Parts: sequence; structure tokens; C-alpha cells
Amino acid sequence: MKFGILVNEGPYNHQAADTAYQFAKAAIDKGHEIHRVFFYHDGVNNATKLTEPPADDRHIVNRWSKLAEEHGVDLVVCVAAGLRRGIVNENLAPGFRISGLGQLVETGIQADRTVTFGD
Amino acid sequence: MTESTGGIDMDEESSGTVKKFAFINRKAPYGTIYALESLEVVLISAAFDQDVSLVFVDDGVYQIKKGQGTKAVGMKNFSPAYRALEGYDIEKLYVEKESLESRGLTEDDLVVPVEVLTSEEMATLMDEQDVVMSF
Repeated sequence: MKFGILVNEGPYNHQAADTAYQFAKAAIDKGHEIHRVFFYHDGVNNATKLTEPPADDRHIVNRWSKLAEEHGVDLVVCVAAGLRRGIVNENLAPGFRISGLGQLVETGIQADRTVTFGD
Repeated sequence: MTESTGGIDMDEESSGTVKKFAFINRKAPYGTIYALESLEVVLISAAFDQDVSLVFVDDGVYQIKKGQGTKAVGMKNFSPAYRALEGYDIEKLYVEKESLESRGLTEDDLVVPVEVLTSEEMATLMDEQDVVMSF
């Protein structure tokens, strides 16, 4: 099955960012396809390379980047939500790209299921 | 416009497909940004010619309440935008009866005409959708 994923919450602040990742990982491991992960609202903060958690904690941003690198998952950050929060190309982590909300609607159209992770 | 709406240029695969989209608004309009950013998604979805429904439940019903005054909190009152949705061919607005009643509101308190559904009917509506996005 082809999944679209919407992440509406920021990393470390809210479990939604973790659960979305775990879901994506589990889906890929089971042979499903992730059409796109779209980051919206505070979810755009999942994409900043300036993130530096304590060494004994999970690195949520790097985890997404690795998912993109290993499985070619399309990680899209909403441009408008990103601009509001200071997420721009200059601080974008590897594997992410910035685009418009149309990409979210398009995922809804193209994926078999779109799953929202939020508050 | 193109940058902030990027992806409006649909690729071959999306064009022609019409899905039933429901956007579920659950939060009060100004305590968090969910309502405002949800409205932005709704407006973009209109460009894709999809079958769009808007649902207001829980504190989300306050998003379309009449008489919003935001000056004191320094935020923009975006409630007039809901009245403009008709111009985008987004005309299916649903409000949960129980959410209205428990907040002492009636249809007359709302800025737009809506269809009021019981929570049971709302469940059926959501069941009929292809894509449900919750904000």
C-alpha cells in the first residue's frame, strides 16, 4: 500500500513526530511504500539541521534524513509554515525539501491512505 | 503565489482524480495556529478540484462563531475568510450538534450556513471520505 504521512507537531515537544517516524519505518519494513512525508504546523521543525539533542537521546532530524537516504522517502516541508518558524533552505537538513501545500493535497490524491500525526 | 502554493502544477497522475477530502477542525481559532493553517490547506485544496468537506467539532466550532474580536490579542481575525469559501466552490460545511450544544451555541451564532450533524451522522460522513486530515 502507498501511504502519505502528515506530521503536524515538532520534534521532542510532541510524540507525534516520533510516532510518524515509527509508522513510516514499520510500513517500509513491511514492504509498503511511503509516497511522501509532509511537515506542517510546528512539524516543520523536524527539518532543521541546527538540532542538537543530548548525546544519549534519539536524533529525530537525523533519523528522518536517514530514512530519506536509505529508502528515498520524499520529505517535504511546507514553505509558508516554514517561513513563519524560520525553517528555510539555509538550515534544512539533508533529505528534506521545501515546497507548497499543494504537495500535501497531491499526496492525499495519490496515496492509498493519508495518515495524520498530530495533537 | 506559486511559491507558497507550490505543487499546484499537478503532475499527470493527480489530474482527473477526484477524491473526497474532509478537513476536521477541532481547535479554537486563536489559542493555537491550527485553525489558521488548516484554512490555508483548505484554500489550496480548492485548486485541485477535489470533493472537499469542512468539519467543525469540539472547540473547532468557535472558528466560525460570529463576532470575533481579536484586536486585544494582536492577532488577525480570519473568520471572514470562511464566508469566502463559497467562491472557491467549497460549500460543504458540517458542524457537530453536540459540540454546538455543549458550548451553548446554535446555527444562528455562526458566520456561514452549515449543516448540523449528530456525532453519529458525523461518523458516517467521515467513513465516506477518502482522505481525512485532522487539525
